[in-house]
Amino acid sequence: MPIEIHRIDDRLIHGQVVVGWGQPLGIGLLVMVDDDVAASEWEQELYRMGVPPEMDVRFESVADAVRHYPDHTADPRRGMLITGDIETMERLVAGLASGTIREVNLGGVHHRAGRSQRMRYVFLTPDEELALRGMAGRGVSIVARDVPSARPVPLADVLAGRGEG
Amino acid sequence: MSSGRDAAGGAGDTGAGRAVARAIVAGHGDVAAGLVSAVAQITGRGDVFLPLSNRELSADDLERVLRDLVETTGVRVIFTDLPAGSCTIAARRLLRGRPDLVLVTGANVAALLDFVFHGEHQLPDEQAAGHAADKGRASVLVVAGSAAPAAGGMPDRSRGGGDAH
Repeated sequence: MPIEIHRIDDRLIHGQVVVGWGQPLGIGLLVMVDDDVAASEWEQELYRMGVPPEMDVRFESVADAVRHYPDHTADPRRGMLITGDIETMERLVAGLASGTIREVNLGGVHHRAGRSQRMRYVFLTPDEELALRGMAGRGVSIVARDVPSARPVPLADVLAGRGEG
Repeated sequence: MSSGRDAAGGAGDTGAGRAVARAIVAGHGDVAAGLVSAVAQITGRGDVFLPLSNRELSADDLERVLRDLVETTGVRVIFTDLPAGSCTIAARRLLRGRPDLVLVTGANVAALLDFVFHGEHQLPDEQAAGHAADKGRASVLVVAGSAAPAAGGMPDRSRGGGDAH
């Protein structure tokens, strides 16, 4: 089954992901792509405890996620793939065949030094903006949407500051 | 108080410069402020808790704010709303290497009330936290509706309230 949603969220596993999206979409498989978490048993255990028992979670590096992507899509459960930053999603998109990931959900990229605010929950550095434009240039639809009930905001509107107009 | 950015200096300060807070309550949206408000309304002891919202905070910022609160106030107990939430993840990061800290997740009003009354001068805060968790868990009940009573089974209050004064 195709992965239902590819999300960038710097909180990784948290309420919006597990409950806000996970429940209405019936997510049964959560793939967290993060090189640091994939290398740390302690980090994995930390996030695993936040996942309900009916949801399976896999922790993968970008390289493993590229290699295992066909396995994830072959899984009969509805899937969600999440990265903690734009750069990781960009590497994943670049590692997969063109058109494999058609849409990326900008779910939470919060304030940090060097970032400027574009939406209530989206702050970007110039490099992150370039990375998003790069993915869009490869045919990936980038849409900001923190929760399912929110209006999807296309990347052009996010970058133009029209996301919450 | 609802924003994590202005969390320090909340309900735990009496205004006379003496911090009396014994626990942090952290959660989504305004739930922490709401829970503390309920405790204050019921007992007048909202000052026992420091409310903290995760609203618009990155995982790193939330952990930093929470760590600052713990270090500046000396509280050793953290209540959070959702086991899968970012507040819980941040709190669990703080707990690593800190055996003096205690986390209670899934907190509700009953748990906080119990902490107020069964902690101070009776139990060390970490034990009071365990007691509060038991109380909060036990307070979640399902009460089914029942069939309407047979005629004559209830006092007739339609003519001025019966014997209620």
